[in-house]
Amino acid sequence: METILEAVNIVKYFYDPVKVKVLDGVNFSIAKGDFVSIVGKSGCGKSSLMYVLSTMDTDYEGEVKIDGVSMQRKKEKYLAKIRNEKIGFVFQFHYLLNEFTVLRNVMLPGLKLNRYSEKEVEARAYEKLQTLGIGELALKNAARLSGGEKQRVAIARALINDPDIIMGDEPTGNLDKKNSELVFDIFKQLSQQLNQTMLIVTHDPDFAAKTNRIIRMEDGKIVDEQR
Amino acid sequence: MKPKLLFNIAQSLLMARWRQTLIAAVGVTFGITMFIALLSFMSGLNDLLDGLVVNRTPHIRLYNDIRPRQHQAVTKWPAYKNDYPIISSLKSGNVRQEIYNSGPIIQALEQNKQVLGVAPTITAQVFFNDGTVAINGVINGIDVAAERKLFFFDDYIVAGKSSDLNTIPNSIILGKALAEKLVANVGDVVQITTSTGTIFQLKVVGYFQSGLNDFDKAQSYASIQTTQKILGKSSLYITDIRIKLHNINEAPALAKTFGRIYGVDAEDIQTANSQFETGSFVRSLISYAVGITLLIVAGFGIYNILNMMIYEKMDTIAIMKAMGFSGRDVKTIFLVIAIGIGLFGGGTGLLAGYGLSVVINHIPFHTAALPTVKTYPINYNPLFYIIGISFSLITTYLAGWLPARKASKIDPVVIIRGK
Ligand SMILES: Nc1ncnc2c1ncn2[C@@H]1O[C@H](COP(=O)(O)OP(=O)(O)O)[C@@H](O)[C@H]1O
Ligand SMILES: [Mg+2]
Repeated sequence: METILEAVNIVKYFYDPVKVKVLDGVNFSIAKGDFVSIVGKSGCGKSSLMYVLSTMDTDYEGEVKIDGVSMQRKKEKYLAKIRNEKIGFVFQFHYLLNEFTVLRNVMLPGLKLNRYSEKEVEARAYEKLQTLGIGELALKNAARLSGGEKQRVAIARALINDPDIIMGDEPTGNLDKKNSELVFDIFKQLSQQLNQTMLIVTHDPDFAAKTNRIIRMEDGKIVDEQR
Repeated sequence: MKPKLLFNIAQSLLMARWRQTLIAAVGVTFGITMFIALLSFMSGLNDLLDGLVVNRTPHIRLYNDIRPRQHQAVTKWPAYKNDYPIISSLKSGNVRQEIYNSGPIIQALEQNKQVLGVAPTITAQVFFNDGTVAINGVINGIDVAAERKLFFFDDYIVAGKSSDLNTIPNSIILGKALAEKLVANVGDVVQITTSTGTIFQLKVVGYFQSGLNDFDKAQSYASIQTTQKILGKSSLYITDIRIKLHNINEAPALAKTFGRIYGVDAEDIQTANSQFETGSFVRSLISYAVGITLLIVAGFGIYNILNMMIYEKMDTIAIMKAMGFSGRDVKTIFLVIAIGIGLFGGGTGLLAGYGLSVVINHIPFHTAALPTVKTYPINYNPLFYIIGISFSLITTYLAGWLPARKASKIDPVVIIRGK
């Protein structure tokens, strides 16, 4: 199976206020089409790992390979391009840009990539919104949406460039039960119907139980893996 | 990625905060408006004041100065050839003020490509008789057409018209102050006595007012022919040739050349009026200093608004970086915002500056010193507008640079974690 994401012996420290090892030799790889969840107690280093894997954090030891290419010592601009092209990120807080409409929010990474014309990007964004059942919100201002709707828009945005992998850091952490289930169903659907590769941090055992593979972390180490 | 996208994002960020950006832009507008109006007004005043001197001063004046002969008899005596003579009580004398060959000289000068025009003159010292009183005065014999073209003679005529000097025989235009002393109205006849005692009757055809009252108390103008008649000289008698050049800066060099070629004294305007440029320079300097200070203040306004905007838009910046916009993209976006403010503020500033200049230009301004000036002077030099918009763009760029750099350096992880 083709490996999309590989972490090789990732070590990360925080120096403030004292030197703390938050990631202590993390090794794993994710194959194309995998739907993986990471679970673990609060403070065990899940978010820190996600930031390293997503190329936003460059202050670590070890190696991150995306689609076989090492991210070590790459320029900021190159990493930005990788994020744009290959990674879709969904955060706990939806982080939509309030200055824009829903549609425009979804389009932005696509326009940045500039692989398709603006018209095509718009059509694709609309299509993604439709798939997620929020097509009718397209022209609304992003600030006017409910939390669950915002998170679905954020997922549509993560999908716009057909990324190699979608990463989520507790994407349902801020949602009520009903919306959490809705969002989870979307992830499930993406995995089953589109064979989308996904790596999702969660503290919700129900959520994790429904993924193909569970990685359990403790004190910056992987302690257990379940399929 | 197309640059259009960054412009688009910049525009959206601007519109989302249009009130603050408008205030920042108004700061620039104010700065540019004042800059334009101040410079146009100061420059207009400069031109006016310089005009007082430059309009009426020839670039080069050819004349014969009164001085002792260069070659005294003793220097020509062969026996003293190797000696150095010391002559006491040397007197000026016998130097004729008339310029020899004035006709051919004038012709040659008029053909010179560097010369704009030539105005021959003579002056006659006379007494104006007013009852029992004799007022000391000067009659300038002028070539009216040349005087009009080169020295804006008509600008200073406040009554009558200058062409009457040519058409009405024995006519004179009096300085306004002189006419008042003589109680001479236009159409009256005044009587003069020359230095040789001859008495003439001259008809007053107009007044002129130069702006310098002392000058107007003693000066008057007549045609060259009339003046020659008063002096009892032939029609070849010319004492001064006043020259205007195309380029005033060539005056010192050309004065030397003309002096040598024609064997006369030649004085250039720079030597004659060395101080007037200093005044203009200082006035310009002050206007620029004030204008640029205003722009710098406006620049701080932009710096503030951008800093505030970046502080408010931390999340937006972080998420854009997470989505794949590079630090440079973010920097460009904020620079575009800054320059957008500069362009908008500067553009409206140019219009408002022009408007204010027009308003100033219509404010009545009467002064006895400047008869032709009815309103405050404005110099509508396009250069001020070019400098104004350039400065507004430069200051906004500089004001935007630091905040934009700060924005580009924002670490998305820190922001996203902070939630
Ligand atoms: N900027 C930071 N400086 C110092 N310590 C930090 C910083 N960010 C996180 N930490 C610490 O690192 C550990 C791991 O944090 P995190 O990766 O957010 O864990 P998780 O996402 O699993 O809850 C925690 O103990 C947290 O307090
Ligand atoms: Mg976390």
